[in-house]
Amino acid sequence: MRILIKNGQIIDPFQGITGKGDILIEDGKIKEVFLVDASNSYLRHQSGSPKKKNLPVDLKIIDAEGLYVFPGLIDMHCHLREPGFSHKETIRTGTLAGIRGGFTNLCCMPNTNPVNDNETVTEFILRKAYAEGACYVYPVGAITKGQRGEELAELGKMHSAGCIAFSDDGRPVMNSLIMRRALEYSKAFNVPIISHCEDLALSEGGVVNEGKISTRLGLRGIPKEAEEIMIARDIMLARLTGGRLHIAHVSTKGGVELIRRAKEQGINVTAETCPHYFTLTEEAVSDYNTNAKVNPPLRTEEDLEALIEGLKDGTLDVISTDHAPHHIDEKLQEFDAAPSGISGLETALPLSLRLVQKGYLSLEKLLRKFTVEPARIMGIPKEGFKEGSIAEIVIVDLEREFRIKKEDFLSLGKNTPFDGWSLKGKVIFTICKTGIYEFK
Amino acid sequence: MKHLLGTKDLSKEMIKKILSSAGAFKDVLRRDIKKVPTLRGKTVVNLFFEPSTRTRTSFELAEKRMSMDVLNFSVPASAVVKGESLLDTIRTIESYEIDYIVIRHQSSGVPHFIAKHTKASVINAGDGMNEHPTQALLDAFTILEKKGRIEGLDIAIVGDILHSRVARSNIYCLSKLGARLRLIGPPTLLPPALKEAFGISELKVFYRIEEGLEGADVIMMLRLQKERQIRGFFPSEGEYFRFWGLTPERLRLAKPDAIVMHPGPMNRGIEISTEVADGPQSAILEQVTNGIAIRMAVLYALQTEAQGVGESSG
Repeated sequence: MRILIKNGQIIDPFQGITGKGDILIEDGKIKEVFLVDASNSYLRHQSGSPKKKNLPVDLKIIDAEGLYVFPGLIDMHCHLREPGFSHKETIRTGTLAGIRGGFTNLCCMPNTNPVNDNETVTEFILRKAYAEGACYVYPVGAITKGQRGEELAELGKMHSAGCIAFSDDGRPVMNSLIMRRALEYSKAFNVPIISHCEDLALSEGGVVNEGKISTRLGLRGIPKEAEEIMIARDIMLARLTGGRLHIAHVSTKGGVELIRRAKEQGINVTAETCPHYFTLTEEAVSDYNTNAKVNPPLRTEEDLEALIEGLKDGTLDVISTDHAPHHIDEKLQEFDAAPSGISGLETALPLSLRLVQKGYLSLEKLLRKFTVEPARIMGIPKEGFKEGSIAEIVIVDLEREFRIKKEDFLSLGKNTPFDGWSLKGKVIFTICKTGIYEFK
Repeated sequence: MKHLLGTKDLSKEMIKKILSSAGAFKDVLRRDIKKVPTLRGKTVVNLFFEPSTRTRTSFELAEKRMSMDVLNFSVPASAVVKGESLLDTIRTIESYEIDYIVIRHQSSGVPHFIAKHTKASVINAGDGMNEHPTQALLDAFTILEKKGRIEGLDIAIVGDILHSRVARSNIYCLSKLGARLRLIGPPTLLPPALKEAFGISELKVFYRIEEGLEGADVIMMLRLQKERQIRGFFPSEGEYFRFWGLTPERLRLAKPDAIVMHPGPMNRGIEISTEVADGPQSAILEQVTNGIAIRMAVLYALQTEAQGVGESSG
């Protein structure tokens, strides 16, 4: 079976390809990329004349005229909820949501039930992903047993079973000694330790950013310092150990500054932020909107601007979704009781494209934060449209304006604060190992 | 106005309207027959998820004085303990064809949440650390009675501002009525970004009670919200009283005719001394009486609005 993607605007940050052209896929692998300037399209290349159309019968043609063609995106931080919370999401629905959002690779966090803190759970996730997943799934294992922050989980065995990074995401490793051990020990396997930065003593009881909104709404606040103190601590532990530290979901200006300075000093640290942090501020919870309740909480305009600056200068390497689906009953509660999280896979790309539309980032640079950078940090071997690579392709209409409708989500989690938003940049096709998915 | 969720969303006109009709209802309370037929045939449920004596009895009495049918839904006997969700509780109650829901809950924003899911009028009787609008209205009514005006008065609110819904409702209400506000308390119990949060630029903040009380017309003491304090906001109750308790000596720093208020229940010897609480300047028991009149006025305001008789709250 051969697929020809015709006349698309190709951008491949892995190979540094930019230009209009065709991509030929054969047996699920990239066969060749034809740029218009070089060889003037696949059809001409085949026949010598564009008029003669004696095409092979097994050739499916996707007309990408006016569309953009990118390598499939990588989300290095999401929650697929299996095992244990299949009422929130399953590996099947989560990967389908990924496909709809343009992602062909998802790294899933270990805060499942049971916690992914041993090779049996890792194997379960991978087997299930192989059987039911619509795209690639890379499990992230827990740093500590039960994510309790007390003793290291079997990182080596889990790594052998297929975990590509470790994190107690959803919880911090409060004990500095344990965190030191994790950063040190993980060097043996050359994997990153992903830190959810939150000083639990400072954030206790908090449900929104501490400041104007917490005071106005009478909700308990989480100061920015609860995040920044832990970023600072972990940077120092990375300096001490030489381990690979990755800071998850950075939400504050101070956090960006700490990471920027650490990078200047040559400390081995990388970082991500998520679309909701550079799109919304704490004002989004003004009406006690539980769909805007997220941890770390939405911050202020000043933080939002600093995050965009961090994305621009490369302090923030990656945009991840922190896709955290919840059941509708869980969000339909009093604000204090509702769980934190936003269902993000199906809105991440168009929300991030706003940064391109506003002129903050070039399209190529934005794409790197969804492809090359997460692949590098997570050690996922990807080569974009290089000949022989498995075809993972997303085709996007950058001009198409559409309305976000939570009912249309393929994710079980309809918890989005962006319902009803009109955004530009729609995924039309996603191609990956399980097939060609078309979204009208 | 369909609901009373807070004084934050209440217009100055609506506040004044409620205060003025409360005057009329207070007259009713002084009569031999203390009941009016205004809301006969209307049903109200008092939905209290948090222990309360005075607010619940005050609402219940106000409702009965208005000739309403009253249903009390208290937590220990309720389905909530059996694991029912708040939304299901509301839907069940709504199925009784209720006209008003008076709600108290330990989580901020619950009345707003309920208002989105019911056809009944929702009255906030205190939600978490957010608002307690009828308390603020009865406080304003009491000040008006005692002082004849609110505009231009220097009003000091003292104590646990951070955890106090009474403080929040009073800040919105009294500033809309033109009072000059001073907030006094230990720095750990003063919430951040006060001026920004309330949109009041001339809000004054004092850590030392002596400075804050200087020349005040009204002193509103707050109860220490021990049940809401997570830990260690001050070293001991004794130390708290030493520095922030209202004593006769400190009261003398205020204007000679200053009045002292407290929403109750009081912690004597912790935030207020007995001499002050029971002294001639205390308006604390009048607050309680006025609470009934104000709650009658609120029920009345919501019903006239619901019928489209009254003006919009804006």
